[in-house]
Amino acid sequence: MRAFVEGIGLVGPGLNGWQASRAMLAGGQAYRPAPTSVSTSALLPAAERRRAGVPVKLALAAGLEAIEAARRDAANLATVFASSSGDCDNVHAMCESLATPERQVSPTRFHNSVHNAAAGYWSIATQCRAPSTSLCCHDSSFAAGLLDAASQVAVDGNPVALIAYDHPYPAPLGTARPIGATFGAALVLAPQASAGAIARLDIEFEPQQAGATRMDDPGLEALRIGVPAARCLPLLAALTRRSSEQVFLEYVTGTHLRMAVTPCD
Amino acid sequence: MQPLAITRYSTVNCLGAGSQALAGAMLEKRSGLTPCDFDGVALDTHIGRVRGLESLPVRSDLGDYDCRNNRMAQLAIEHDGFAGAVAQARSRYGAARIGVFMGTSTSGILETELAYHGREPATGALPPKFRYAETHSTFSVADFVRRYLDLQGPAFVVSSACSSSAKVLGSAARMIAAGVCDAAVVGGVDTLCLTTLYGFHSLELTARGPCRPFDAQRAGISIGEGAGFALLERVGPKTDAGAKLLLGIGDSCDAHHMSTPHPDGLGARLAMQRALQSACLAPADIDYVNLHGTGTRTNDAAEDRAISSVFDGATPCSSTKGATGHLLGAAGITEIIISILAIERGVMPGSAQTRQVDPAIRCNYLLEPRPARVRRVLSNSFGFGGSNCSVVLGAAG
Repeated sequence: MRAFVEGIGLVGPGLNGWQASRAMLAGGQAYRPAPTSVSTSALLPAAERRRAGVPVKLALAAGLEAIEAARRDAANLATVFASSSGDCDNVHAMCESLATPERQVSPTRFHNSVHNAAAGYWSIATQCRAPSTSLCCHDSSFAAGLLDAASQVAVDGNPVALIAYDHPYPAPLGTARPIGATFGAALVLAPQASAGAIARLDIEFEPQQAGATRMDDPGLEALRIGVPAARCLPLLAALTRRSSEQVFLEYVTGTHLRMAVTPCD
Repeated sequence: MQPLAITRYSTVNCLGAGSQALAGAMLEKRSGLTPCDFDGVALDTHIGRVRGLESLPVRSDLGDYDCRNNRMAQLAIEHDGFAGAVAQARSRYGAARIGVFMGTSTSGILETELAYHGREPATGALPPKFRYAETHSTFSVADFVRRYLDLQGPAFVVSSACSSSAKVLGSAARMIAAGVCDAAVVGGVDTLCLTTLYGFHSLELTARGPCRPFDAQRAGISIGEGAGFALLERVGPKTDAGAKLLLGIGDSCDAHHMSTPHPDGLGARLAMQRALQSACLAPADIDYVNLHGTGTRTNDAAEDRAISSVFDGATPCSSTKGATGHLLGAAGITEIIISILAIERGVMPGSAQTRQVDPAIRCNYLLEPRPARVRRVLSNSFGFGGSNCSVVLGAAG
């Protein structure tokens, strides 16, 4: 399947936007981790801003950066949200409440517990009524999101914003399901090469095991392994270098995605 | 879209295991809702519970995946000849050419709820036997189904609350159209847990008695549980003359509120219009609409407005949630199967539990099952986060 990358968004530990992170991704500058700084989009109405958890703000920040770079209007862009575990703070708080004799759950906690909470807040913030889906494929959630987004571009012929995000569970769930950091990334994918297109992606699903492309920098490689959404880093690095490269992404057991990245000029 | 053949389907819910049980209940307008007796839950509400799951562990080689949600998936796979049909498809296409796209809302979160009850008092640690990836993880059910059916194609879970298992048909159709796979197992599974029972209660959305969709006295939902599966293949020379088809699918967002629908059903209207457009059909081509019809005051009113803005007032409509309860992430596929049964049996389902249709409702709401030639059905599934999906089904020929 073929898609053109028009815009990139990135919010992670020491990664404050794709533009600001280019030298680290391309390999010219050493990666320096720092706590992830997530800003709150002014698009989120006041009531929703109070209720939204970190993952919602993370998805908005990464997604809007990519859409702005692509010079697209978020109000009519289809979206694919990919996350391993949604709002982990919220799941933990709900399970704690449900383990007490009172079992009192707050209504806001409950509606924030759906996996598509980020998509719901997104559509309220951007006033977008275009199709949207919310996926999970555990550690391979980014690959699954990319496959679904690319199939929309290829089959429906529409541009799509792919937004992948993950946020750690607190203890004790964090021990059973460790997620290393708060990380979000986004790509705007389109069926044709626009004037500002960054690269062409040719994506193949291959039903064999293949080693995933790794990051050279040990800190970024630890991030890639530690956060499902950060599995996109080798693709972001190839896009940043603007060179023709092959990127391999682990997908569901026994499979991978092979991507040919060809820069657009 | 290019129509796809639905070559096999299976269901389990409170009306029984297998599509015969579901069809029989639809013909008789029977309800499976009962007062809530789920594991010490002291809520004054009705539920649609599947009996006997407690003694039906998952296949021993997949023992790590054992949880209520995956047990439900297994029970459905083992009915209606579904596992056998997938095995035949596997020999025709190869395991790597069949995708698995599943919908769920809460997956196996019940395991985590139980684990939080059993935390080590001194350290707060979860019990050592707790397995996140194989149970609670939203992906668990697709992982389980893919392993159970020995498939090696692409897979993921769509989790968009109560539209999840309608939306998977869209993802599967695109994967087939793009040539990533030749066939797909699609479905939805959701099971009772404290999160949904207490969560919907906190929003005052659960009815005390059984849910009564579109009733003047409707007072909320009844949470159900269950699973549904369908096998999707391309339409070709070997497709049966009377095969049931997926003709179109449309989705939208409300852009309004996290847990309340747009009052005029704007997102719902867009989803229905997009589904009709995708099927290249006009509203008048639809013989029956299976409504989302949860039984809350606001949902039913908004859906009625949306229906009235798309269809003329004559198109027969009904909700079947008074029979099954609201299956949340499994609602979409269950009602798609009910729609197929309506076409196969030539009966539009009535509305179990509804006593008197709300006089404010404008759509042609069916209280009683109606024998009729049913060729095209539209099925609605709407969820939290303002996630809407409509699906058009039909018969070949």
